[in-house]
Amino acid sequence: MREFGYQRVTEVAGAVALLGADPDARFLGGGTNLVDLMKAGVERPALLVDVRDLPLGRIEPRGDGGLHIGATVTNSELAADPEVRRRYPALAEAVLAGASGQLRNMATVGGNLLQRTRCGYFTDPAKPCNKRAPGSGCPAIEGEHHNHAILGASAHCVAVHPSDMGVALTAFDAVVSYETADGPGELPLAEFYLPVGDTPHRETALPPGALITGITLPPAPVAAASRYRKVRERASYAFAIGSIAAALDVRDGVVREVRLAFGAVASRPWRARTAERALTGGPADAAAFAAAADAELAAAETLPHNGYKVTLMRNLVVAVLTELAEEAAR
Amino acid sequence: MALSTSSVITLNINGEKRTLPVDHRTTLLDALREQLDLTGTKKGCDHGQCGACTVLLDGSRAVSCLQLAVAAEGREITTIEGVADGDRLHPVQQAFLDFDGYQCGYCTPGQICSAIAVIEEHAAGWPSAVTADVRPEAGAPALTAEEIRERMSGNLCRCGAYVSIVQAVAQAAETEARRMADTAEGELTA
Repeated sequence: MREFGYQRVTEVAGAVALLGADPDARFLGGGTNLVDLMKAGVERPALLVDVRDLPLGRIEPRGDGGLHIGATVTNSELAADPEVRRRYPALAEAVLAGASGQLRNMATVGGNLLQRTRCGYFTDPAKPCNKRAPGSGCPAIEGEHHNHAILGASAHCVAVHPSDMGVALTAFDAVVSYETADGPGELPLAEFYLPVGDTPHRETALPPGALITGITLPPAPVAAASRYRKVRERASYAFAIGSIAAALDVRDGVVREVRLAFGAVASRPWRARTAERALTGGPADAAAFAAAADAELAAAETLPHNGYKVTLMRNLVVAVLTELAEEAAR
Repeated sequence: MALSTSSVITLNINGEKRTLPVDHRTTLLDALREQLDLTGTKKGCDHGQCGACTVLLDGSRAVSCLQLAVAAEGREITTIEGVADGDRLHPVQQAFLDFDGYQCGYCTPGQICSAIAVIEEHAAGWPSAVTADVRPEAGAPALTAEEIRERMSGNLCRCGAYVSIVQAVAQAAETEARRMADTAEGELTA
């Protein structure tokens, strides 16, 4: 590991001033991904700016029914919060589906959004990887890719974003707030992650040196009936091979509103808007759910070893929406 | 500005202040084992995947292999050496003995630190990934074997002592719940 300086900050202005002055600096939150990447030699910062003591550790209900989540709130705090569990249960379920109790206690909400892919070529500096070393190639396309992207990938990178939390946040139209040395800004999560294209090393639309300060969830009454389901290769404590956040408002058998987002299928949490459009105003039955999933997944491009994800995601859409529809009918 | 790559820090460990120089690259795990002779905390994978290095930070369980020592300054650190009350074992330690919650014992300090926190997290009403309904109106889930297995899934045991570990955690949780109930009753009658 490269040697590095360490500074702890207690004010947002001080944090962004430090990072803005040094392109080799990184913010340190829980460190559950960054410290591991530093051990592997994937990240080699010269300075860590520890942001855990910033006054960004609160979850505040908004009068309009939404929520504001500070960037240094831990995953555990988020999943335990009564208002999160009441207003956006799929968000609590998504966070609880990720990592272990220890890691959730350490990891922060802001850091979760900025965590890196677990693609084995990215995390091994001895291998080529366009995301880590632009222009070096993508061995996953010809190699180990059974858990790689089926949507929105490119010939330059097929890695998936590993976050569970981000999938639920995407379904609920979360907005990311950030601070820079030039002032604050906001990015809807839908525009937060950049398309892969030929620049997989550029992952987010955050300005250089920006510090995520929080996430705002707009009011979403539909989210009160929501669910996150994750499929993985063992019962617990593993990254998804496919996941879904879903919310459904159905009355008299007709879909009034639906939210759908997929995890572990793309370089970012994937909002399934094509499926949402296909479902809205139509019947809430298994045939309609399957047709909507097919419409969304028509854009899928599979590799020799990840084609199963198309079937997996289709089945997840049908299963979770059927469950939500049945609960609504009770 | 050339920043120093090392610091002299003071860590609060098991109620004692310990001052030591650290290279910033030093994890809390390595500081405990290599510099402070607190070798009860074990190094397994060193990547946050096995839980052998679990300690309590401000009462919350954390993997010390991904925690930089310099970033732990100012926090209350509890290691396996600090969970007993003098010669009286912590109820979770006693339960692991009573139920043979180990074989080789290497993962045990991490299992015990994790279990202590699991019982507290459950008592605080935290749901888990196997909780059927996470909404607060649904109430806190019972600490069933399924809940214990999920909540302890960050602690691997290569010997496979899981069956006994689950029993030990369940027993310790019951003991703790009884103690809490007795305390509450004592306060009511006092």
